Amino acid sequence: MSVTAHAQIDAHGHDDHAHHHKETFVTKYIFSQDHKMIAKQYLITGVLVMGFIGIAMSLLFRMQLAWPGEANVLFEALLGKWAPDGVMDADVYLALVTMHGTIMVFFVLTAGLSGTFSNLLIPLQIGARDMASGFLNMLSFWMFFVSSVIMVISLFVEAGPAAAGWTIYPPLSALPMAQAGSGMGMTLWLVSMAIFIASSLLGSLNYIVTVINLRTKGMSMTRLPLTIWAFFVTAIIGVISFPVLLSAALLLIMDRSFGTSFFLSDIFIQGEVLHYQGGSPVLFEHLFWFLGHPEVYIVLLPALGITSEVMSTNARKPIFGYRAMVASILAIAFLSTIVWGHHMFISGMNPFLGSVFTFTTLLIAIPSAVKAFNYITTLWKGNLQLNPAMLFSIGLVSTFITGGLTGIILGDSTLDINVHDTYFVVAHFHLVMGISALYGLFAGVYHWFPKMFEGKMMNKNLGYIHFWITAVCAYGVFFPMHFVGMAGVPRRYYQNTAFPMFDELTDVQILMTSFALIAGAAQLVFVYNFVSSMFYGKKGPKNPWKSNTLEWTAEVKHIHGNWDGPIPEVHRWAYDYSKVDDNGEYIIPGQDYVPQTVPLQKDEEELNH
Amino acid sequence: MTTILILSVLALVAIAIWQMTKIFELSQLKAENSQIANDTDNKNNGYLLFAFMVFTYLITIFSFWKYSKFLLPEASSEHGAEYDYLLFVSFAIIFVVQFITQFLLHYFGYKYRGKKENKALFYADNDRLEFIWTIIPVIVLAGLILWGLYTWTTIMDVNDEDDPLIVELYAQQFNWTARYGGEDNVLGAANVRMIDINKANVLGLDESDSYATDDVIVKELHLPVGRKINFKMRSQDVLHSAYMPHFRAQMNCVPGMTTEFSFTPIKTTDQIRQDPDVIDKVKRTNAIRAERAAKGEDNSDPWEFDYILLCNKICGKSHYNMQMKIIVETQEEYDTWMAEQKTFAETVMADEAKPAFNTPKGETAGL
Repeated sequence: MSVTAHAQIDAHGHDDHAHHHKETFVTKYIFSQDHKMIAKQYLITGVLVMGFIGIAMSLLFRMQLAWPGEANVLFEALLGKWAPDGVMDADVYLALVTMHGTIMVFFVLTAGLSGTFSNLLIPLQIGARDMASGFLNMLSFWMFFVSSVIMVISLFVEAGPAAAGWTIYPPLSALPMAQAGSGMGMTLWLVSMAIFIASSLLGSLNYIVTVINLRTKGMSMTRLPLTIWAFFVTAIIGVISFPVLLSAALLLIMDRSFGTSFFLSDIFIQGEVLHYQGGSPVLFEHLFWFLGHPEVYIVLLPALGITSEVMSTNARKPIFGYRAMVASILAIAFLSTIVWGHHMFISGMNPFLGSVFTFTTLLIAIPSAVKAFNYITTLWKGNLQLNPAMLFSIGLVSTFITGGLTGIILGDSTLDINVHDTYFVVAHFHLVMGISALYGLFAGVYHWFPKMFEGKMMNKNLGYIHFWITAVCAYGVFFPMHFVGMAGVPRRYYQNTAFPMFDELTDVQILMTSFALIAGAAQLVFVYNFVSSMFYGKKGPKNPWKSNTLEWTAEVKHIHGNWDGPIPEVHRWAYDYSKVDDNGEYIIPGQDYVPQTVPLQKDEEELNH
Repeated sequence: MTTILILSVLALVAIAIWQMTKIFELSQLKAENSQIANDTDNKNNGYLLFAFMVFTYLITIFSFWKYSKFLLPEASSEHGAEYDYLLFVSFAIIFVVQFITQFLLHYFGYKYRGKKENKALFYADNDRLEFIWTIIPVIVLAGLILWGLYTWTTIMDVNDEDDPLIVELYAQQFNWTARYGGEDNVLGAANVRMIDINKANVLGLDESDSYATDDVIVKELHLPVGRKINFKMRSQDVLHSAYMPHFRAQMNCVPGMTTEFSFTPIKTTDQIRQDPDVIDKVKRTNAIRAERAAKGEDNSDPWEFDYILLCNKICGKSHYNMQMKIIVETQEEYDTWMAEQKTFAETVMADEAKPAFNTPKGETAGL
């Protein structure tokens, strides 16, 4: 049986290798169709470049919040005409907030996170030579690249970039006379996002098809590592929800440019009545959040998947409750598409709808709680190898719990009334999806760096410095922020000086900004570590973390097709860490892990997980 | 000055990090040259995880000690008490869960830090445990959901029982206007297409509608204490949100439709000013403002507490300064004030040269 299987794989493998052709610089580094190169392209464009811009923007507006209206040489140098005499303009403040949100949510945490790790890990962990369609994969990256370029260009247009908030609610985003950024800046935003959505769909379809069709022999769905489950389900949510954002964007483009009234009605602005009649901004909110909420999970699930894998490997223990973890991912995915209305409790929609969305929203806390408890139990009685990736995974669970718990307040329509759109919300979602997803991203980079850069490893001590400073500062920024929100301070205020009741909160703002600046500086340690390890990193062993999954059996040197010989066959799930036989001995003597490629030993029981 | 300070702090932090990394790298040369955590790393980071747990508790305690006095005073509306209670209970649950889970997470991280000779326990599943931590959230959340929904339906049930006062809140970039129904307590019909700036009919009231003639349009919101107020919100340009944090009230203002919210104020402005928390807050705030005055800075006049209506939906450049004062007073005070106000018929419809509405303290009518 096993012999014939090998023969089949051999034949198949040979087929793949039959058309080896010479790689040029362009086909290898630029228009590459190889999933490993595309993953690195996503990482560098999405995370390093766009991430730098997004985080830098947040530091600028945090400084404005801490020292409102004060001149700052950084503002003068970076914002130019939008910071006359070094004082930040109110319009550009909104533009910075908007672009920070857009870039972080879509470009860094959607494309950067999924794009990097889905591309890198799906073929490697399921035992495939590449994605189902290398060409579509390449197209997906280059469309993402074009959309990034357009988004960055929009920062430099005459009237400024989009400034209506990352949710771009019309009519503010639809009427250039309502706001400077709603002119050319918003047009470019919409064009960029339309291309981004196309890119995301191409990528997601590719991931889904690859996971369904190209699993190696023996890799049943229930033997998939949780990373793959997370990427797979994320891709499905993306395919379901992103087209709805595209329709919202198209309708908004029509309202803006062709005089339709999908979202606009009864508007009098700057001394004249506009012709729009019969549309509703609430419709836009529904369409936007139909993507917008699943988007949160598109960002978060891959991070949770990465954490599951990293945590289990470094705890030298199987992930606790594999089936429950898969069930939670599926439940979260399903529920995520029916909770969008909790962003709209006070939008003017029927309060009865609010009740329904409260119900579904608090339901989603259940699978989330199960996941958190399972992570904690995975640590229990482990033999924890506290590598930087492991620390980031533990950090993710911590922020996921802290941020998730305040979701109980916001998801309750009653309690949402008074904290809606305040800093309480900002603190909540930054912890639960922003910081958590970033931690997942960092865990992934530290863990799979050797896989990305042919065995080179990142410096662990720089990794520790990076983690501890970031971990302390993240709470330093966002924990006090809850109190600012509970004091009633609305978000997206250029400064709070118009309200004496907020005067005494200035000290809190300064504290938060100081932590944010230090956290920002700590990310430079990461960038330095990343770049220097990329060139000068020391090579580690082939399987540095002693992991069970298939990617560590692939060649260290990047070759097209991943495995020089036949694709390995899988005989067990990915989590046989520290498994012992009846005598209390490890299954493979002297080794506390059993890679997926090792056949079941005599008398060994396969867990019916 | 602050800029230089920040920059120098940043530079110092950068230098410190740079030096620390150098030290680490130097010390590493002697040790084994691997980038994989060894027992020393596990030990150090295990202890750090424990310290981090203490840090999360400390920052919680610190924030409560320093910042809980900044929170909004007790609710000044009838439904607000229920809101505050639900909020308190939710927070109590959150803190219990937060305390336990963060403890377990970090303590396990510390306790089970890796050692070469240690063996992890192969423990992949336990249906009973998983059932327990599925069912507990289910029960707790079910309770919160039911309670929340009951409160929600009560709050959001805007009806005409108990003779409510009808008030329109009208939003535009970047100010608020309020309109009362007048003698008949019925708002006249209005639409942006009837706005006539030349006649200062800036709310677009229908002059032919008899209900509109006695409407009273003001720039300062006066509410009688103890009477239910039904707000009708409108916006003429972009989305705004009428946020009245002291009353636990908020509703978006949407162009093209009328939205509603209803509450009963239970404390007059004079009463809330006597609230000990509010007295303290005013004292603290005025100390800050006096400091500013001493330095000759703006925005330093002494402050007296007032209820306020804020805009809480991004609406453009001056979103951060879109506000209206709210005064809650006794029925008699309210009646006296109302009697002084001119109706729509007396202002706009009568004399085209006069401003559209009553402008307190010499402010001009904004467009």
